[in-house]
Amino acid sequence: MSTEKEREPLFSAKNLKLLREPLGENNPITVQVLGICSALAVTAKLKPSVVMAISVVVVLSVSNVIVSLFRKSVPPRIRIIFQLVVIAMMVILVDQVLKAFAFEVSKQLSVFVGLIITNCIIMGRLEGFAMANKPWESFLDGVGNAAGYGLILIIVGFFREFLGSGTVFGYPVIDKIGLYNIGYENNGFMILPPMALVTVGIIIWIQRSRNRNLVDKS
Amino acid sequence: MENLVNIFVRSVFIDNMVFAYFLGMCSYLAVSKTVKTSVGLGVAVVFVLTITVPVNYLIHNFLLKEGALTWLSRSFAGVDLGFLSFIMFIAVIASMVQLVEMVIEKFSPQLYSSLGIFLPLIAVNCAILGGSLFMVEREYANIGEATVFGFGSGVGFLLAIAGIAAIREKIQYSNVPAPLRGLGITFIITGLMGIAFMSFMGIKL
Repeated sequence: MSTEKEREPLFSAKNLKLLREPLGENNPITVQVLGICSALAVTAKLKPSVVMAISVVVVLSVSNVIVSLFRKSVPPRIRIIFQLVVIAMMVILVDQVLKAFAFEVSKQLSVFVGLIITNCIIMGRLEGFAMANKPWESFLDGVGNAAGYGLILIIVGFFREFLGSGTVFGYPVIDKIGLYNIGYENNGFMILPPMALVTVGIIIWIQRSRNRNLVDKS
Repeated sequence: MENLVNIFVRSVFIDNMVFAYFLGMCSYLAVSKTVKTSVGLGVAVVFVLTITVPVNYLIHNFLLKEGALTWLSRSFAGVDLGFLSFIMFIAVIASMVQLVEMVIEKFSPQLYSSLGIFLPLIAVNCAILGGSLFMVEREYANIGEATVFGFGSGVGFLLAIAGIAAIREKIQYSNVPAPLRGLGITFIITGLMGIAFMSFMGIKL
């Protein structure tokens, strides 16, 4: 996200808000509850989480731009099919690139790359934003939302890998510090799928107790 | 037969769509406020999965797989259209959902009105596309196995969404910390249910 900060002066305040809001108070996962489907299964390790985050940024920003370019010429009746075709095309491209250049990770992600197609964030942003806005704003909105999604993915991936296997990006941190010698044990529970849900639950808890506006009224 | 029962039990309990792979989470979280609507959605998912998985099985094995086109002509033996599978599957799912909707509307208006808005929404439910993609990855031997797998996955989803809806109805009377209320506690309960479902691991019939 450092590159976004360097370019800040070029952006107007309104455009900047499009980028910043999804990272915090309007996060797609913890606030809008979109795109959880394919998010959680890939977070047992940090590396697949990062690859997944990058793939979603690419798919969402490019398809947002494409849909936004065609927003006036596509009849509303067939817009869903049109959006699906654009998304599917982008996902196929990403999938083929991953297979060619990062085969190991692509095997780990298995079906979840394909499931980006039905990721609700993408349909939600295309339908809710790109159909009504200009290409540049749609691009920023896509990058912002996908980055907000990726941020949660990376946080969850970091904690699960760090607590579960004692490594960060496969580098044995805890072993190097020497915690094993004084009786530290890895918590193997963190690698199991249900703990991803509990971790996200705790992130939501922390975020909402810091920002009272987000608390459920009911 | 034994094999089919085994696949069914596996897909319902061990490889449960919601608890083991987090598929269909969006609708799982959005529609699980009351038991009645969640059962409606669950039944619709069972319905659509049981139809789309075998159809996609046929498409995969007779059109897209490497060497699948040999029934047309010997010269197609080296053609691999696997990269088209995403777009084919999503097209099949969208059109099957439309078809199922029309058939139900014609022959059972009562079921149609009780499923209501859920049927069209299912086209973008990750559990449906996930079912087809897992079917490809696990390489089921024949169409019977694929159908049973689709049906079992659907039943697993129904079980999960009915369970969480029942718990959410009860939990309204509990004193949950305010920031955790709603979404947060639902996530944590789902995690706990997932841990409970893990006790089925290793069961084989």
